[in-house]
Amino acid sequence: MQMTMIEALNSALSLELERDQRVVVLGQDIGVNGGVFRVTEHLQKKFGVQRVFDTPLAESAIVGSSVGMAVYGLRPVAEIQFAGFLFVCMNQLVSQAARIRFRSGGVYTCPLVVRSPYGGGVRTPELHSDSVEGVFLQTPGFKVVVPSNPYDAKGLLASAVADPDPVLFLENIKLYRSFRQETPEDYYTIPLGKAKTVQEGEDVSVFAYGAMVPVALEAAKKAQQATGTSVEVIDLRTIWPLDEEAIVASVEKTGRAVIVHEAPRAGGVGSEVIAVINEHCLYSLLKPIERVTGYDTPFPVPGLEDYYLPMPAKVLDAIKRVMES
Amino acid sequence: MTIQQIDSGMTAYQILDVEGNLVGAMPKLSTERILALYRAMHLGRALSNKVVALQRQGRATTFGSLVGQEATSVGLAAPLQPQDWLTTSYREIASLVVKGVPLSTLIYSFRGFTAPYPKETHCLPIQIVIGTQMPHAVGLAMAAKIAGDPVVAVGVCGDGATSEGDFNEALNFAGAFQVPVVLVVQNNGWAISVPRARQSAASSFAARGPGFGVPSVLVDGNDLFAVYDVMQQAVERARSGQGPTLVEALTYRTGAHTTADDPTSYRDEADVEAWRAKDPVVRLQRFLIKSNLLTEEQNQALIDAVEAEINRAADEALAQPVPAPDAFFDYTAANLSPRLQAQRQDLLHYATHQQNGRR
Repeated sequence: MQMTMIEALNSALSLELERDQRVVVLGQDIGVNGGVFRVTEHLQKKFGVQRVFDTPLAESAIVGSSVGMAVYGLRPVAEIQFAGFLFVCMNQLVSQAARIRFRSGGVYTCPLVVRSPYGGGVRTPELHSDSVEGVFLQTPGFKVVVPSNPYDAKGLLASAVADPDPVLFLENIKLYRSFRQETPEDYYTIPLGKAKTVQEGEDVSVFAYGAMVPVALEAAKKAQQATGTSVEVIDLRTIWPLDEEAIVASVEKTGRAVIVHEAPRAGGVGSEVIAVINEHCLYSLLKPIERVTGYDTPFPVPGLEDYYLPMPAKVLDAIKRVMES
Repeated sequence: MTIQQIDSGMTAYQILDVEGNLVGAMPKLSTERILALYRAMHLGRALSNKVVALQRQGRATTFGSLVGQEATSVGLAAPLQPQDWLTTSYREIASLVVKGVPLSTLIYSFRGFTAPYPKETHCLPIQIVIGTQMPHAVGLAMAAKIAGDPVVAVGVCGDGATSEGDFNEALNFAGAFQVPVVLVVQNNGWAISVPRARQSAASSFAARGPGFGVPSVLVDGNDLFAVYDVMQQAVERARSGQGPTLVEALTYRTGAHTTADDPTSYRDEADVEAWRAKDPVVRLQRFLIKSNLLTEEQNQALIDAVEAEINRAADEALAQPVPAPDAFFDYTAANLSPRLQAQRQDLLHYATHQQNGRR
């Protein structure tokens, strides 16, 4: 069936609620309203207010009570309405959810999924567009997943719910309805921690995730047309832990690397990918690695956001630079 | 229109006065049970004193004593059944003991090592971040309600925690979802050096209940019978589907915040002495002796037996082997990523250079 990412995520949640009585879905406006983006539409009607419920407006207690529910044996899927609000509940995410297994010596676990929309390009108000994932690279115990298309979104969310540890599941707002894709109505999973080669190539590896995957693909197409450059595009899909094997294998093949993300440049996924390449396959490199990222400023106001977001032309320039002899 | 300051006018519920006289109706407790709870209070005190001593000898890490708060710590856990959950801060070690966490496990943890509590005790590990455990208790109760289990969760924090967002969010969730939870504020007068008066202008923390639509009660926290009675009622209210309760227990931290704290720099010794006169252990002891439930000789024998039990537990905890150097990699995740496996090997490679850090 042709699905948008919204529909694919809704299908995944519906199947989880159907398959596993332990699954509960909670958050702000996720009940009758079906979520501000409609990811949870009709779920409350189908599965009842006991399992799909609105909460008071309090991010820390949404995550904190989910920690309690997860310890008890449920499988909560909590929505934080926008990723920019994740900082309100950082203690419950970082110091609690991610550390229950550790603190209790494995007696208790926290199989919790926190879903949150992120990313720019749709003219949202301040703090509705931020890409905050870099922060979670320093959060031992958390996995961070960022799908780039409906098919992956559904399979990755199924794996996130099944995972024995907490998962932060970041959904790009711009991708929510930007295209449809053939997506099975039945249950399936896509493993966490595995990148996907979305386009094979020989000359340069471009690493991206979320909304930057289509941007990278467009740049790759232009590079092929303009200079005949064969670009390999790798969708990281899980950004923590990184699929180091896939990163290294690709760079060993191409000898050139470009990393694209819309999050700020410093200390982020790009920095970590560069470090991985440096540690494992530096001598495969023919040229210095390029990063195409957001700026180290706050995410701009909606009227200026297009100047902030990496665009295909910018990725293309980076590809050209690494291809210069 | 009138803007008004509403005074809840709450006074602390009491059953035993300072002299150990009954001033209220005794909760239904057998003599055997009363003596067991009295013994648990002594255990809490002796355990605290032992760990402080171990810390002074360099054999335990920073520790917060519960001395002065034994009635609240024991009384809040006593009405709980095995399937009931307890989430605490670091101050409620006697509650954990009552719930079944072994003394040697606790002492081993204070040596600075991970010491898993037996799963059947249904106690979360002590919480360090102030107030954070309160939403966890509410979440456990939400799950129990969803699952339809006759299970109650109790969350305990101190007076300082009432200023935290998590405390207020937890109270609000408890009311909004009408879950089987009891939220207990152990008001011991101090958040390290900051007095109770600085935390809130309200006359009591229990007075916050009405604002959240949660029934609440103020209780003399140095009166074991009163704490037990209030908790018994609150726990049974929760279990029978009548929703959450907020309990404020008025007590006092007669010792330092932790072994790293010197309270003489910020509080008047005369105030501490005034509270020592209301000592919860002495109060119950007076009652027991007056009521001929305990003789002076039996009391001394009990104290000696508790002392011996604590010493045995300490010996056991000190004899327990230290964990392997790479043990902290365990339980970071269900499965260690290749990167973490490599980092673990790195640690093991250099472990022999780091023997000084281990005790």
